[in-house]
Amino acid sequence: MSSRRARSRQSTSSSRITDEQINDLVSKLQAVLPEAHIRGAERVSAAKVLQETCNYIRSLHREVDDLSERLTELLATTEASSAQAAIIRSLLM
Amino acid sequence: MESKSYTTGSRDNANRNLEGSKTLMASHFLRALFRIQQTSTTRSSFAGRRRRIRRAAYASMAYSAGTRRAWSRALLRKLRSRARLRFPRRLSRAARPQRGDTDQAQVLRKLVPGGPGMDYCKLLEETADYIRCLTTQVRLMQTVMDSISS
Repeated sequence: MSSRRARSRQSTSSSRITDEQINDLVSKLQAVLPEAHIRGAERVSAAKVLQETCNYIRSLHREVDDLSERLTELLATTEASSAQAAIIRSLLM
Repeated sequence: MESKSYTTGSRDNANRNLEGSKTLMASHFLRALFRIQQTSTTRSSFAGRRRRIRRAAYASMAYSAGTRRAWSRALLRKLRSRARLRFPRRLSRAARPQRGDTDQAQVLRKLVPGGPGMDYCKLLEETADYIRCLTTQVRLMQTVMDSISS
């Protein structure tokens, strides 16, 4: 595995990790970013991919926070509690 | 998952969209939500319940990936130590430089659980999987929201 090799070669200047391997990993990362379907196979710089990755992860973390807040609000309403109990039970089955 | 017993179409679709680890993620999160709802009293604070729901979100992500991934192992460790779940994290260790490693990669390390311990290649690999899992969790939470509020 390239990652195992990478760990053992980390301290030497002549790394066994090729640019090609890194490009491959970067494009796989690009593929999970939003608008990946718009870009298709277009090569974006690794720097840009990393930057967009960081932005995207931050926005996903914010979404988890926001959805947690909204779920807390929803579950706090008493008339929802019996309906949600039935729904959750059915989703679990 | 059998969907023939359900009467509404929307529930059928919700169940068909779940498979494998996603099913694991959903059942863990829903059970946690149910527990939080049952054990919430008038005394428990809004912020406390929100914290528990947020924690349940990251827990179900971590359990669905299990020990297969470095990020999920790191997240499981953090959850078990009951430490605060904070992103980005403050890095205490300096990562060793490697080809392609940049300041931006350092920023990324703070955002991915277990990031500080990863070399550049591992970071790229783990990040892609972490993002896939995060988007699945977000979609799950949106589905639950829609189900409850309809």
